[in-house]
Amino acid sequence: MLVYLDNSATTKVRDEVLKEIIDAHENYYGNPSSLHRMGHKVEKKIDEARTLSAKLIGAKPEEIYFTGGGTESNNIAIFGHLSNLKEYNNVITTNIEHPSVYNVFKQLEDRCLVKYLETDENGKINIDELHNMVDENTLLISIMHVNNEIGAVQELNEITAIIKRKNKNAKLHVDAVQSYGKIKIDVNKTPLDTLSFSSHKIHGPKGVGGLFIRSGIKITPLIYGGGQERGIRSGTENTTGIIGFGKACKLMYDNFDEEVNKLYGLKNTYIKRLEEIEDIKINSPIDGAPHIISVSFKNVPGEVLVHYLEDKNIFVSTGSACSSKSKDSRILEAIKLSKEYRAGTIRISLGHFNNFEEVDYVIDNIKKSVKDIRSITKRG
Amino acid sequence: MYNIAAVSFGELFLKGKNRGKFEQKLIEQIKYALKEFNHVSVYKDSGKVYVETKNEEDMDKIVEKVRKIFGISNISPSVKTSKDVDIIIEKTIELFRYLLSKEDIKTFKIKTKRSDKEFPLKSMDFSALVGGKILENFSFVKVDVHTPDVEVFIDIKKCCYISSERIKTLGGLPLGSNGKALLLLSGGIDSPVAGYMIAKRGVEIDALYFHTYPFTSERANEKVIKLKQKLEEYCGKIKLYSVNMLEIHKAIREFCKEEETTILARRFMMRIAEKIALENKIDMLITGESLGQVASQTMKSMAVIEDAINMPILKPLVGLDKSEIIEIAREIDTYETSILPYDDCCSVFAPQHPLINPKLESIKRSESNLNVEELIEKVLSTLEIL
Repeated sequence: MLVYLDNSATTKVRDEVLKEIIDAHENYYGNPSSLHRMGHKVEKKIDEARTLSAKLIGAKPEEIYFTGGGTESNNIAIFGHLSNLKEYNNVITTNIEHPSVYNVFKQLEDRCLVKYLETDENGKINIDELHNMVDENTLLISIMHVNNEIGAVQELNEITAIIKRKNKNAKLHVDAVQSYGKIKIDVNKTPLDTLSFSSHKIHGPKGVGGLFIRSGIKITPLIYGGGQERGIRSGTENTTGIIGFGKACKLMYDNFDEEVNKLYGLKNTYIKRLEEIEDIKINSPIDGAPHIISVSFKNVPGEVLVHYLEDKNIFVSTGSACSSKSKDSRILEAIKLSKEYRAGTIRISLGHFNNFEEVDYVIDNIKKSVKDIRSITKRG
Repeated sequence: MYNIAAVSFGELFLKGKNRGKFEQKLIEQIKYALKEFNHVSVYKDSGKVYVETKNEEDMDKIVEKVRKIFGISNISPSVKTSKDVDIIIEKTIELFRYLLSKEDIKTFKIKTKRSDKEFPLKSMDFSALVGGKILENFSFVKVDVHTPDVEVFIDIKKCCYISSERIKTLGGLPLGSNGKALLLLSGGIDSPVAGYMIAKRGVEIDALYFHTYPFTSERANEKVIKLKQKLEEYCGKIKLYSVNMLEIHKAIREFCKEEETTILARRFMMRIAEKIALENKIDMLITGESLGQVASQTMKSMAVIEDAINMPILKPLVGLDKSEIIEIAREIDTYETSILPYDDCCSVFAPQHPLINPKLESIKRSESNLNVEELIEKVLSTLEIL
């Protein structure tokens, strides 16, 4: 049995998506910028994909811009909001962002004041702290919807309400790479300004991402060229990838409740079964995302457990590295997980292809491996 | 410009009667090193080996490959011609023009060596003739027989070879001229360098790698394979054995003192290495130890580790500083691979305070808590050839 439980890292492309991609390579290989019919045909296909990806967040198709992936979307959005950044401005983010946001803000420290919101043990930011941080000089707030390591979900409605009340000109960017297609987002009800998402986290191909930019919001591009994607992302579109992504969006949209309920069911089952093991800690909050389970085992180096499980064809990821040379997880530190647990953290992340039949096999092997590893790491 | 490379052998003359055998071996190695090139032929012509190519643009790459073979003292990129006097002169002028395009030449010298005594002109006379033609064609250069800017060498054998440059090589002795040794290859900086140094003295190398999967990652294996491949450019084909030490580490952890872990594990590694070496008719082991570098490489530690076996252990880096080792590692291009982050041993098995003055008696006492033979058999069942 092969059990892939690293869906937050990336997912397997669904068969229907693969078929669509092959069809695109065979029949829709023109350049959408070409004036002839071959180009026009592809342009129409891309616009269909735009409509399908917009639906998942209730956006208008023209508010969606395709990019090369989540990291690119985040960079375009953040730098794009800040073309008029002055030294007296400030920008705000959280200390649990994905590197594609966090490291951008680290860069910004040279140019203005950067403020970082802390999180509680559940990975939630403090709304009062946000309220105190936003002032008349705040230009941008960037907050991730779902954290990739523990699955904590931020309350976007509360957050937007506070920001708009304190400074109606401040912009809000949401990194929704982990929540897109898994948690309902409606940009009509949540007045965020930009939102990023990625194809390969929802069983689409790699190398495709998207950025929602609300009508009327001005984003200065990072890359200049042929003016594709209405100037926001120049460069010939990854047409076949985008067409495949559109299919992945449709599959998600058409069965949204069913898919998500299955993920929640699996997640709860895994958590219940993991709790049978001694000296563990579930780091994912109860109200977290449907597909992410972060669990820590005392006296078990996470990396070693990953290798034990890979030996049984079970694939999970670590939350933290075993070697003292590597850096500890910033996120696990942020949620104040104690050191003895931090080193023993793995992340189980679920996707469309997972099922309940796998649970026993996975849990049995986790139990066996943890017991084995502990017998080695415990002295005397 | 160049269509052939003349390869001279190094210390081969030391080897008397075996010379022919080693020459043959070197030719095979040259062929192996150049297997990716098309239209290359390798042959002998009185005392030297020649590598001929139909693609002149490959010559730089060919020289770079051949340069790494031990037992060669220098290589000269050359122009091969027939022994027709006019053609030799024409080609020499052509070569001279090429040399002028690359460097500033004011003085030159022509040197001829005539192994073929049937060639109509004597060496000195022929040099004078060709030199005169050069002066006719390039009025701005002069002859200087003592310290010329460039010396053009015309070697008249079965064919004629014209060259001007001697590229220094690594020296050493041809591989296989000195038996075979087993290198304890970790993913670190030192052991590949140690293997290189011993191979340079004509020793063929097999390698042995210890890991503790699943306490280490598969990427660590990949890293060692990469190091092996880098070494193979110098050492020829290397057989790489791997052994999983996990069972031994488990036993040490359970029955022995933590601070003794490294010494005990190293003693096991030596025993396993000796066993594999004996089974494969290998005479010595090689380690990358450098005196005092880490706890297991103090005088006392080395003595206690060595005590475990009878086979001699070559330690070519024993007197080198880390910086000197790194310099060689960079030269042989193993350094960048060695510093990749994947360890061959998990920090779980590294003691907080390793012994630096181990006592043989107490180490032996600890070992008596373990079934040494059984453990060795157990881990040898994980033996793989990577």
